Amino acid sequence: MMTTEIVFTGAALRRGIWRALPLVAGLSPFGFVTGLITERHGLTLLDCLLMNGLVYAGASQLVALSNWTHPAPILAAAFAALVVNMRFALMGPVLAPWLDGLRPSHRYAALGILVDHAWALSVTDMRKGGRDVALFVGLSLPLWFGWMASTTTGFLCASFLNLPPHHPLFFGALAAFIALLVPLWRGKSDFLPWVVAGGVAMLLAQILPHTSWYIIGGALSGCLAGAAQDGRNA
Amino acid sequence: MPEDISTLWAIGAMTAVTLACRCGGYFLFSRIKPTPRLRMALGHLPGCIFAAYVIPALLAGPAQNFAGAVTTLAAMAAFRNLGLSIAAGVAATWIASLAI
Repeated sequence: MMTTEIVFTGAALRRGIWRALPLVAGLSPFGFVTGLITERHGLTLLDCLLMNGLVYAGASQLVALSNWTHPAPILAAAFAALVVNMRFALMGPVLAPWLDGLRPSHRYAALGILVDHAWALSVTDMRKGGRDVALFVGLSLPLWFGWMASTTTGFLCASFLNLPPHHPLFFGALAAFIALLVPLWRGKSDFLPWVVAGGVAMLLAQILPHTSWYIIGGALSGCLAGAAQDGRNA
Repeated sequence: MPEDISTLWAIGAMTAVTLACRCGGYFLFSRIKPTPRLRMALGHLPGCIFAAYVIPALLAGPAQNFAGAVTTLAAMAAFRNLGLSIAAGVAATWIASLAI
């Protein structure tokens, strides 16, 4: 496995920041909508800043907000965060070879702003033999700042702007996920696990709407299919 | 609107739970030693998580998104440029939404 030493260089940090910029642009419509919806549900600007800065997981925030009340539904909001963000618990261990090279305080700070896109690009680099954890940090930081900028802008524009829900700009957030499938593709052996993951997720999304159990269930089913396939080929 | 304490509590609870998700999986795996089989299964996780996210999201959205998805994939496969691929996908969605 990974026997080479993990490093942290300024060059990789800059490379990460540079590569995160198109993602910041692609995700900004999603952040904008999240800010807009936060205002519509009667939250204050301070609430908006705190929620986006600390929770920093747009999909879970939208699910929680869709059932928002005043006074706020504390347990329901926490539960929404749990079921939508459970996928992060699966992502952390995959980055372990890199994270183990950081001091514990830095390690958990880096995990604290873990998001899907920075993770996927880091995993792609790690698979190619990359061992510079600064890339992950460089990818993560602009995504956080970009998220704060786009959600706050959305919140402030909410009173005079009304984009229809299926406006083509909103496709940008999904497009970022779709584009990242390409570097994650390792070859034909990925076909079966991906089809199983997508198929199971599709079924679960029908059975359990408004949660993200479908992501967990689909991903784990795909992993099992992949492991079974590897076992047969081994 | 005046500041609502219960809203701050709800944000705090969401923060705690989300932080536990982000750090908990890593923490757990650093304490147990994953078997080779588990490690093999974990290797499939990155692609599978994204496939499991993308397929239902596409099906839940409007038809024009399929045009955007195909364009995004084709652009990424051809040029390996994230910004270009996202922009091409949004443009294709836009054109398709005018046609539908």
